[in-house]
Order: sequence, then C-alpha cells, then structure tokens
Amino acid sequence: MSLSGPTEFEAVAADDGLSGSGLQGDGEPSPDATSSDIAGRSLWAIAWSHLKRDKLALAGGVVIVLFILLAVFADPIATAYANITGRAGDTYATAHNTPPNDVLDTLTGLPVGDFSGVSGKYWLGVIPLSGQDMLTNLLYGARTSLVIAGLATVLSLVLGVLAGVISGFYRGWVDTVLSRIMDVLLSFPTLLFSLALVSVSGIISTSSFLRYAVIVFVLGFFAFPYIGRIVRGQVLSLREKEFVEAARSLGAGNARIMFREIAPNLVGPILVYATLSIPNNILGEAGLSFLGVGVIPPTPSWGQMLSDAGGYIQVDPFYIFLPGLAIFITVLAFNLFGDGLRDALDPKAGGR
Amino acid sequence: MTTTAPQPAASGTRSTEKLLEVEGVQKWFPGRRGGLFGQKGNPVRAVDGVTFSLGAGETLGLVGESGCGKSTTGRAVSKLIEPTGGTVRFEGRDVTKLSPRQMRPLRRELQMIFQDPYSSLNPRHTIGTIVGSPFRIQGEKPKGGVKKTVQDLMARVGLNPEHYNRYPHEFSGGQRQRIGIARALALQPKLIVCDEPVSALDVSVQAQVVNLLEDLQSEFGLAYIFIAHDLSVVRHISDRVAVMYLGKIMELTDRDTLYENPMHPYTHALLSAVPVPDPKIEARREKILLTGDLPSPSNPPSGCVFHTRCPKYKNELSESEREHCRTVEPVLEEKTPGHEVYCHFPQVRSDLVVGEPVTGQIRTTKPKVA
Repeated sequence: MSLSGPTEFEAVAADDGLSGSGLQGDGEPSPDATSSDIAGRSLWAIAWSHLKRDKLALAGGVVIVLFILLAVFADPIATAYANITGRAGDTYATAHNTPPNDVLDTLTGLPVGDFSGVSGKYWLGVIPLSGQDMLTNLLYGARTSLVIAGLATVLSLVLGVLAGVISGFYRGWVDTVLSRIMDVLLSFPTLLFSLALVSVSGIISTSSFLRYAVIVFVLGFFAFPYIGRIVRGQVLSLREKEFVEAARSLGAGNARIMFREIAPNLVGPILVYATLSIPNNILGEAGLSFLGVGVIPPTPSWGQMLSDAGGYIQVDPFYIFLPGLAIFITVLAFNLFGDGLRDALDPKAGGR
Repeated sequence: MTTTAPQPAASGTRSTEKLLEVEGVQKWFPGRRGGLFGQKGNPVRAVDGVTFSLGAGETLGLVGESGCGKSTTGRAVSKLIEPTGGTVRFEGRDVTKLSPRQMRPLRRELQMIFQDPYSSLNPRHTIGTIVGSPFRIQGEKPKGGVKKTVQDLMARVGLNPEHYNRYPHEFSGGQRQRIGIARALALQPKLIVCDEPVSALDVSVQAQVVNLLEDLQSEFGLAYIFIAHDLSVVRHISDRVAVMYLGKIMELTDRDTLYENPMHPYTHALLSAVPVPDPKIEARREKILLTGDLPSPSNPPSGCVFHTRCPKYKNELSESEREHCRTVEPVLEEKTPGHEVYCHFPQVRSDLVVGEPVTGQIRTTKPKVA
C-alpha cells in the first residue's frame, strides 16, 4: 500500500525529467525517452490512486457493488436460498400466495420464536401476518430502492446538467429564466406536493408502473436544481478559460464547445453529486413508502417494510431493525464513497 | 525576415499586397452602472479606432501597459470578439461581417496562441486530441492520418511525439506553450495572433519559445501579431511595432526606428523604463516617470488621450499648445516616411538607452532551417 504511491511518483518525476532534457535540443524529440512509459496518467488514474488510499471510501464502494449485485441477481439468489433451506420452489412470488402457517402463531399472526422467528429455514425470520421470508423481502426491497433511487438520480442529472450547462454557457436572459425556475423549485414544499401527486395518481390508476414513475419523477425532478446550480457555476468559470477560446478560434460551434470541451470537465462534480444523491433518494423513497405513498404492496421496498414494522414495534421489534439496518448501511456506503470520490477528484487534494 | 520556405505567400517583409488590413477597429463594451436593473453607463472603449496593416511573413509587435487594449485588438482581429466598428480585411476580404459559419473556413488561415499555457489546454484531453482538434473541427483528413500528422507537429515544436497520449498536467509551462503552438500550426495558417505567448513563462524558457516562433516563421512563412508588454522580446521578434495607450495606437513604425528614434512622449517613457543589465548605465540614464493613473477607458480625456499624463505637456509646452492638446485630438499620421505618430508635438529622441534583451539565450543570428 505505502510502497506503490512513492514508486509511481518517482516514475513520473523521472520521466518528466527526461522529456524536459529532450527540449534543450533544437526541436528534436529526446531520443532517450523510454517508449514503455508513454501512456499518460489521466486525471482518472490519479483520482484512482488517491481513492485507493482511502480505506473508508473503498469499503463504501465494495458495499455498493455488493448491494447492486444482490439487487441484480435477486432472483437466482432467492431461488438458491430457498433450495438450501429446504423450501424448494418457494420463490418470492409463491411466498406471497402460500403463507406457511407453521411459522406464524395462528392466533396473533406473529412469528413463532425469538427474533421474528429466525431459524435454519428462515435465516432472518418471517414477516408477521403474511409469513413471508424476511431475507427474500429485503433482497427484493434492495432492487426497488436502488432502481428508484438510481432512476431518480439519472432524471435529476439529465435535467440538472442540461439546465446548468445551458444557463451557464449562454448567460443573459436564458440564465435568468432558468435560474429563477430553479429557485422556485428549491423553495417548493416538495413533500406535500409529492403526497398530493401520488394520491391523485392513485385515483387515476392504481398501476404499479405509474406509481413507480410518479415516485421517480417526484424525487428526481425536485432535486435537479441542486445539480443544476453546481453545473452552472462550473460552466460559468470554464467558459472563460482560454481553451474555450482556442476551440472557438479553430472554428468550433457552440454545441461542440459545450459537449466536447466543457462537459468533460464536469464529469467529476457530476459523479460526486450522483453518489451523494442516490442515498438521498433511497431515503426519500423510504420516506414516501413510510407515509404510505410509496410503492404499492406486494412490491417490497425497505421503506414500506419499515412502515409495516412500525405496527409491530412492541411485539416484534426485530422486524423494524432489519430494513432500517439495510437502509442505514446502503446510505452510509454511498456517502462514504461519495466523500472519498470528491476528495480524490479535488485538485487541491494534491493531485496536480 | 525574408524566408526560404516554399510558400508563395512568403515573399518577404515589404510585400506590397497586405495580408491583413485593420481599419478603425473599435470595441466598446457596454458599460454597467450597477444597481438593481443594471442601468447603462458609459461604454468602455477598450479599443477605439485602431488602424494598421500586416504583410505576409511579417511580424507586428503590439505593446502597451495592462488594459491598453492590445489583447482586445488581437481578439477582434481573430474574430474571437465582434468589433463594434471598423473593418478587418484578411487577404482583401472583409471578415467583420462574416457569420461564424462563413468564418469557419477562414479559421485555418488565422490562428491564435494564448497567454496562459495552463488554461489554454483542456485538462481532460490528451495532447494528441488537443493538437489534432483543428483537423476534427475543420473536418480535414491530413495525408498519412491525424495521428501521424500530429506527431510530426509535436516533433516540429520540440515535443516528444511519443507523449501523444499524455495529459496537459504532465507538462511544464514551456512544454504546454509548445503544445499550444503545435495546435495553432496544425492547419498551416498564414497569420498567427500571439497573445502574450511568453509572459507566463520564466525567462530561460521564454527564449526557447521565442526562438521556436522565429524558426517556424522562416520555415512556414507565417505572419505574426505579437502582443506583449516585454519591450525587449518585442524588439527581438518584430519587424514593426505599434505602441498602444488607452485603446489607441500612439506610435507605429519599424522596429529599429521605434527603439532608436522614438517620437511619441509615451514611447519615450516606456523605453526609458526598460531595465538595462549594466548598473553603470542604469544609474546614469534618464528615466521618464509618468504621473497619475491610467484614465478610465469609459471616460477618456478630451483631445489627446495621453495629455493627462504626458510629461511633455506638463513640462515643456506653452499654455496655448496645451490648449491645443486638450481640445483637438491628434490623428495617427506619418510624421516621417514609415513613421506614424499620434501626437501634436512629436520629437525624435535618440538619447534613450534601451537595454538589449535580458534573455541571454535568445539567438542573435538566424538558425539554418532543416
């Protein structure tokens, strides 16, 4: 760990010395430059070398990748889990239709045994009343949470980057209009509006897809001014750089300057914003589900499990603990990784 | 500055056909008085009626203190900003009215080198991308492919072509400026506007870059507009020199006349401020100090714009002559053949000792071109 840093640095320093001495000649390239170390260290490579040293951020990244894998492969994992525990054929879908009565107290509907009925068959216990397997529910809940949070983040990024680049690049009245719109959105009572919108959409149609879309829209749309402002500020400073003038003096048009010259310089802040925005949206989705306007059961989500568990807090306290822990770990992982990424991409951290 | 290059345009300094003719170019920036609604104030007259011309293969030095409008002039010539008045003719064609689309093919003839080598290269692009961008933007496929051409260019400006895939932050200031030069050179322009190309470099590297610019000029028959505030460097590289003050040209003549027989009081003051590396001479020679501040370009003085700070106006002129300076604006006109001066009372002064370039590494003889 500590070895790799200095050696890399020396290699770069030594090589710079070589190319420097090559310049003393009369326009001839330095002949002694080794051709093996020619590929440049991109800013990404440098950021990665910083990130590698940040243990917390790396741990966050590992957890994120793990959760994403769990969400993507929820089906085979759930099947394998069911097979191992001797509940073959008991997939997520069937688990809903056939509550296994042996694990629930027939009188109260509560799980039999301690910790929500943790057993070799149900590793994290079962859910009261329905008797569904907790672990399977959490697994599919991860899929819901990450998909909604991811889509909402993508929506806010697309809108925010477009609004930010256009208002920062063209300035003038375009900027004034877009910036005021963003200000208005920022002062909007988002939560109340979300509740209203979801309720109204529920009257129109109870389709699960529409509910998904509304949640993604509510979370993504009202967050776009945040990234929009960051991008606008960056573009305002970038457009004054001489490389923009250089492109213009070569005959480049506005679109080329915006997307080829300026946009690559925004990737850093955008990426950092995205990793810090996903946990926000996970919490947002959980909040909406907790308030009863999230995804519609039987689609599982962590927030909805949390909301459900609230009713059993005294008789089955272990139930509320698990989805809460899942949210906590995911949000923490994204935040740690995002912070690390920001430090790694920050030029003031000593990268350049 | 005659050349041996095979370019037909590079016929020499005194070419009768002018490559670039700039006539009465103005750039007034809209003034803001501030306030809630940004009430209009006086416009800032960054460039106010600049006229000069440039032959193929010639170098025109543009000097003056900060804020005198020399960079704005360069940007107006290269159409990076739209002049508010006057005309710029490039090879006889008025380019001031051209739209960006119409301007695009002309961009290959007219290039620019920028002052800050740290901000003029996109940090997210490799050197290969940066130097190759002129081909991509202009949609041109050079013979032998972009990569080969770019690597040839890199070698030509003294960079290792194998550093094709490197990023700007891996290079020093001087190397970055060479990258900028290679980019400007890519489309084989006829004119390069150099906006303080060596101001951000340290002295020894300045010499290398200036030498490189000279080599390239003789090789490709380039014309330069060389904007700088270092009078020694300008003296070294220029054929003719224009001295600017408050958006106007004060004096315009060939290099030797300007440095040896300057006529304008402002030029006198500028030249007397150039340090001489010999302490004995430095102690003896006269230094003309200008008093007062640079007037605001949004509210320039009446009559001669220089009269508020002119030592001659202050010390030598009679009251009626001063009256003339205050009320009538002089025009830039030939006082002796080839020597244009903006002054009612010009006077040749040959007693100002001007230092040779302190940049000791600048060659005094022209190199042989390979």
